[in-house]
Parts: sequence; structure tokens; C-alpha cells
Amino acid sequence: MPKTEYHPAMIAELGHFALILALMVAVAQTIIPLVGAHKGWSGWMAVAEPAATLQFLLTGGAFAALTYAFVTSDFSLALVTANSHTAKPMLYKVTGVWGNHEGSLLMWVMILSLFGASAAWFGQNLPATLRARVLGVQASIGVAFLAFILFTSNPFARLAVPPLNGEDLNPLLQDPGLAFHPPFLYLGYVGLSMSFSFAVAALIEGRVDAAWARWVRPWTLAAWLFLTIGIALGSWWAYYELGWGGFWFWDPVENASFMPWLLAAALLHSAIVVEKREALKSWTILLAILAFGFSLIGTFIVRSGVLTSVHAFATDPERGLFILMILGVFMIGALVLYAMRASAMEARGVFSVVSRESMLVLNNVLLAVAALIVFVGTIWPLVAEAFFERKLSVGPPFFNASFTPFMVLLAIVLPIGAILPWKRGRIGKALKSLRWPLALAVLAGALLWAMQTGRSAFGPIGIFLAVWLITGSVVDLGLRSGRGGLGDRFQRVLRLPRADWGKAVAHAGLGLTILGISAMMAYEVEDIRVAHVGEGYEVSGYTITLNGVEELRGPNYLATRADLTIERNGAEVARLFPEKRVYPVAGMPTTEAAIDLGVTRDLYLVIGDAQANGGWAVRTYIKPFANWIWLGAIIMGLGGVLSLTDRRYRIAAGARKTRATPVPMPAE
Amino acid sequence: MLKRLILTVMLVLFTLPLAAVEPEEVLSDPVLESRARELSKGLRCLVCRNESIDESNADLARDLRILVRERLVAGDSDEEVIAYLVDRYGEYVLLNPTTKGANLLLWIAAPLALFLALAGALYYVIRRSRAPTVDQTLSDGEKARLDQILNG
Repeated sequence: MPKTEYHPAMIAELGHFALILALMVAVAQTIIPLVGAHKGWSGWMAVAEPAATLQFLLTGGAFAALTYAFVTSDFSLALVTANSHTAKPMLYKVTGVWGNHEGSLLMWVMILSLFGASAAWFGQNLPATLRARVLGVQASIGVAFLAFILFTSNPFARLAVPPLNGEDLNPLLQDPGLAFHPPFLYLGYVGLSMSFSFAVAALIEGRVDAAWARWVRPWTLAAWLFLTIGIALGSWWAYYELGWGGFWFWDPVENASFMPWLLAAALLHSAIVVEKREALKSWTILLAILAFGFSLIGTFIVRSGVLTSVHAFATDPERGLFILMILGVFMIGALVLYAMRASAMEARGVFSVVSRESMLVLNNVLLAVAALIVFVGTIWPLVAEAFFERKLSVGPPFFNASFTPFMVLLAIVLPIGAILPWKRGRIGKALKSLRWPLALAVLAGALLWAMQTGRSAFGPIGIFLAVWLITGSVVDLGLRSGRGGLGDRFQRVLRLPRADWGKAVAHAGLGLTILGISAMMAYEVEDIRVAHVGEGYEVSGYTITLNGVEELRGPNYLATRADLTIERNGAEVARLFPEKRVYPVAGMPTTEAAIDLGVTRDLYLVIGDAQANGGWAVRTYIKPFANWIWLGAIIMGLGGVLSLTDRRYRIAAGARKTRATPVPMPAE
Repeated sequence: MLKRLILTVMLVLFTLPLAAVEPEEVLSDPVLESRARELSKGLRCLVCRNESIDESNADLARDLRILVRERLVAGDSDEEVIAYLVDRYGEYVLLNPTTKGANLLLWIAAPLALFLALAGALYYVIRRSRAPTVDQTLSDGEKARLDQILNG
């Protein structure tokens, strides 16, 4: 055979080889720097940095090789055959790389080693022993997952007889929203590994101080930011793809990403207390360990399929057991270390019961307990079956009832906590500063309450909280501008540190999301009917006419597409083309809702089946303020970006250069 | 021509019900219908992965939706409809778990955990507020370093 035919095959082989090498590098990167840091051998510690870079290059190379196999449709790889097809658009050939168990794990370790390598590159100013330990701990996570891939989930496994064509990717995953949802989630999950590595390294060092918190915070912030985007993308996808406009289902897999998000948010806030006030140290360490623990639990839930869910596209008990072992080793190891060393983390800051510190403690209580409740609800069916021999379900009604109160409480105390001073504050003074937000929020809630009849309380409560949070953020910024004329104060607000802006923006974003969610829960309008071609029908003042239905052929699917005109007061508002598709290779139907996006409402149309009498089933939804849910998430993320680019992190990086010897731990 | 034929055959073969609640299922009495919708949201589609019968496209979900409506039309109260379904399919059908037996643990978990966490936090905060003040002023060396960081 001509030599060129072997070429693509060889690239996959190189990828496999790179992965094996990466495992070996990771083993070396775990052992040598940790021993070096323990013995004080600088030569051994120095191994960490090039090893971290090399490990990233190797896993990145393996990932590139797999991508190449997908792009060139190399069906000699079992993975490509099971998840690709020559007729699939190029975008989904690429995203198909991580639209499956093996490939997504490869992406997981690539991101893990990317974070390790970035810590090596940007952490030049960390104390040598801390850096060696952080990279060593990070590499040990890499060892576990690289071994997991190589021994149970090899993406480069071959087929003896390559088929002519592949079996195609799950059609639900052939969508831009979902295509980029996993990478962001993984960046978030794996980003928390950095916080974990820093926490474990600090426990080994036996020292946590303000500088430590300053190094940990950007990584946590980045992880939280990616989780926010990832979760928002997933929920946006569910909104337009699943066909009835739901955006959150309390599905085990959604919960798996939500728990680390809640804990990362708690960690962000507690790390501020460590940084500014040298208190809450051991709690922050524990939180860092738990946040990554929940990332591993999330990986376990998704990858083992132990909790049935719409997302579990890889269900395999053996793999689940392996991840459970990884989870056990890292959590038990870290928690034992924590139990041994936590008492050494002595707090220094003193603060009164009414203070910023106390409010951040309350923030942590609410976020951590909320995460715990999500966890309990998620695993309860498992517990009930194992210990009480009851087969039961825990669904949205439970989560809505148990979880929502925590978010309401959090939103109520947030603006007060945000403006209370450090050390000692007065509630009365804070409330006085917030009198306008409070008045506006009460007014908005009361107005809505008066306007509606017999509806749920979600709407008024939601708008109260939203106005309270958003105007509270404005006041927060305003208070920092000091005294003087409006012009001066405005100038000063603009010059505030980006972290202050980040805080206000992120909190306002939360308000927008709450507004969107409560409006959608309280005021959604739904209409289900049989529509006949040419006849119009009315929904909430909109006249909707079905112009026709046609059949189309896409690149790898067949579609039934309806053409509808929406008018209001005789003027055309939108023309929408909802589709339902069938992917013949995968033998699966999907719904493609057509949405007219609006600031105050989304018009959401879904086409159903042809009816016996010649009409078509059409579902019409009017979803008030739907976009605000994701807009709020984007603004929260923007707040994270602003904070992340704050000057003090760049200063902090340089701060350590001059500190020659570590300050000894304060004596008891 | 052949292409069109294949296309049509394919579409017929793969036409699975896509929408959840179908127009012909909807009851003419709007009060009964809205009760049916509310009940459906709390009932699990037994063959699906974590979907309520209100959302699901599966045949079984459709049968259950029709069953719920039949019971309502026959004059059952919401509780009676639920009892009827639990009787037939077990408590697995309930997305809203009951408070019976061990499930009590599930339901009290949130208030209990909040109470314990608040108590712990309050203990910590009160202890911090009474802790002796540690000298927080900067030493000369630290001042010099701070100056270097900020101005260097």
C-alpha cells in the first residue's frame, strides 16, 4: 500500500504515545518537587516548572492528534466511528472530539495540565517551596486522571476492521450552544483543582496568610467565571433546544455543575476575608478542598451514570468505580492532612458581630448550606434505595422548595453586607445609606403585587430582590466615591479599583438573573393548539398565522419546517420558522424552536405533528424577560473579569520577590 | 423524484411525537386543565431520564397525562389522583418526594443544616469579636516593603 495511507493512523499512534509520556512526566512532577520541597533541595524543586510545561505540551499534543483523527474522519479509531460521520459539518467534527466520554476526559486532563503550566508560568514570584508543592499536588491529580484514561478509557483504541462511515454524534449535541458548554464547564471544574492544590500545599507548608489568599483568589475567580459561562450556555441550550423553554431542570448533571459553582462563589468570598483580615483561614482551606471534591463528584456523576439523567452518554460502572477511587484518595488524603494541620491556621483579625467579615461568614453559610441541600437532594434517591429499600424520585418541586429560600435570604442580606465596613459597622447606618434602594424595591414589588390578581408571589418577590440588588450595587459604588460635588464623585467612582467595580457589577448581574427567573416563573403564557394553514390565532395580543409547512433536507438531517407570521396591532412583529428534525444515522428526532428575542419578552414557537384533520400542532409561549436570565449570568461573569484584571493581583505577583525568608508561623 | 420519495418515507418512519402536551389532550374546562398541568409537572415519566410527564414526549407520559385528565374529569381531587398513581406505579412516580418515613430526613435537611451552620457561624463570630486584638500595625520593614511595592 502507498505510504501516505498510513499517515493519519500514525498521528493517532503519536497521540497515544504522548499520553503515556504525559503520565510519566506527571509522576516525576509529583514526586521530585514534593521531595525537593520537603528536603529543601532547590534543584529538585526546580524540576516542577519545566515538567509542568512539558506535561501540558504532551497532553495538548494528544488532544491535537485526536482532533486530527476526527477532522479527517479516521474510522480506524473506535471513538471516531462511534461519534462522527463524514456528512457531519466541520464544526461538529471538531466539537465531537469532546462530545463523548474518552475525548472529554482527554480534554479534562489537557485543561488540568494547562492550569498546572499556567501556575508555573505566572507563579514565578511564589516562594520556591510553595510553588514546588502546588505543582506537585497538581501533577498528582494529573497522574490519577491520565492513568484513568489510559487504563479504562483510551481514546486512541483501534477497530480491527474500520467501517466505511461513522455512527454520527448524538444530534442533541450538534448545536453551537452545547458544543461549547463542556469546555467551559471543564475549565471551571478543573480550575478548582488549582485552589485545591494551593490549599493542600498550604497545609503541607503549615502556613496561610494574606499573600496566600491573594494567589488563590484569581484561580478561584477564573474557575467560577468559567463555571458561570458554562452553566449559562447549558441552560441557554436547554431553553431553545428541548422544545418547551425550560432553562433549569435540577437534573443530576446540572446539579453536578451547580454545586461547585456555589462552593466556588463561597470560596471567592471567604478568600477575601483571609486576604483582607487574616481570618476564616481554616474554613477557606476546607472550602477549597470541598469545592474541588464536588468537581470530582460532578465528574463521577456524569461519567458513571450512577444517577440516571438525560446527559449520561457514557455509563459504565467500572469507570465510575475508578473515579470514585480517585475521589476517595484525594478527599480522604486532603481531609486527613486538614485535620492534622488546620489548628495551625490561627486567625488574627478581630471583628465585631456587625461587620463585613460577619456578613461574609453569613454569605458562606448560605452558599455552603445551599450546596449541601442540592447534594442531599441529588443523592437521596441513591440513599433511599440503598438503605431504606425505597425507589423514589427527587425532582424540581423539592429543589425549588428547599433551595429558593437560601437565594432569597442571600439576596436580602447581600446589599447590606456589601456596604458594611470591615471590623465594626452599624446596621442602622447601613440601612440609612440603602434607604433609596429599599424604597424603590418595595415600591416595585408592591406595584406588581397590586397589578396582578391571583398569581404567584414569585413576580413581586423577584422584582423586589432584583431592584434591591441592582440599586444596592449602585449605592455601593456611590458610597466609595467619598464626599464633594457630583462631578468629583463621578470622577472618583470611575477611578475605583476594578475589584470594586467587579463586585458591584457581579452583584447587579445576580439581580438581573433573579429578575428573569422570577418573571418567567410567574408570568409565562402558554398556548397549545391545532393551527390550520392560513388561519390566525390570538395569544396575549399577538396574532399568529401559520403560512405553511415544508420539508427540507439539511447536511445530515431531514426537517419539517413551519412558516409563521406574528403580528401585533396589524404590524408584523416577526416571521418565525420552527423546525423538527430527524437525524437518520442516529435515528433521533430533535426540536428546533424558533424564538423572537425581545427585551421584555421572547416569543417562542414550536411545531408539533401533523393532525388528522389537516392542521398542525403548534405551541406558542410568551416568556417575559427570559433573556435577562442569561444576560445576568454574562454580567456576573463580566464582574468576574473586572475583578480578575484588578491591579492588586499584578502587584501581588511582585510582592514576594523581596521577602527573603518566610515569616514563621505565629506562635499560639 | 426518488430523492423526494426517500425523504418522505424517512419523515414518516421517524415521525415521533415531539411536543409534550398535544392539542387533543387538552381538556375543555380550563380549571381542570390547569389542575392537570400542575399535577403533571410533579409526576415522573417512568421510562424517561428525569423528565416530568408534562415535558416528556414518550408514549407512556402521554398515557399518564390522559389518565390524570380522566381521573380529574371523573371528579377525583388532586390528592386522589396522586394516590391513584402512587398505588399503580409506586412512589417513584412522584417528583415531589413525600415526607413519610426516612424522607423526613430529606425534608428537614435544609432547615437543620441552616440552623447548625448559623449556630456554628455565630459561635465563631462571637469568639472573634472577643478575641484579644493582635497588633496589626506594620513594622518598619513591612512599611518599607509596602512603599516599595506601591511606588516601585
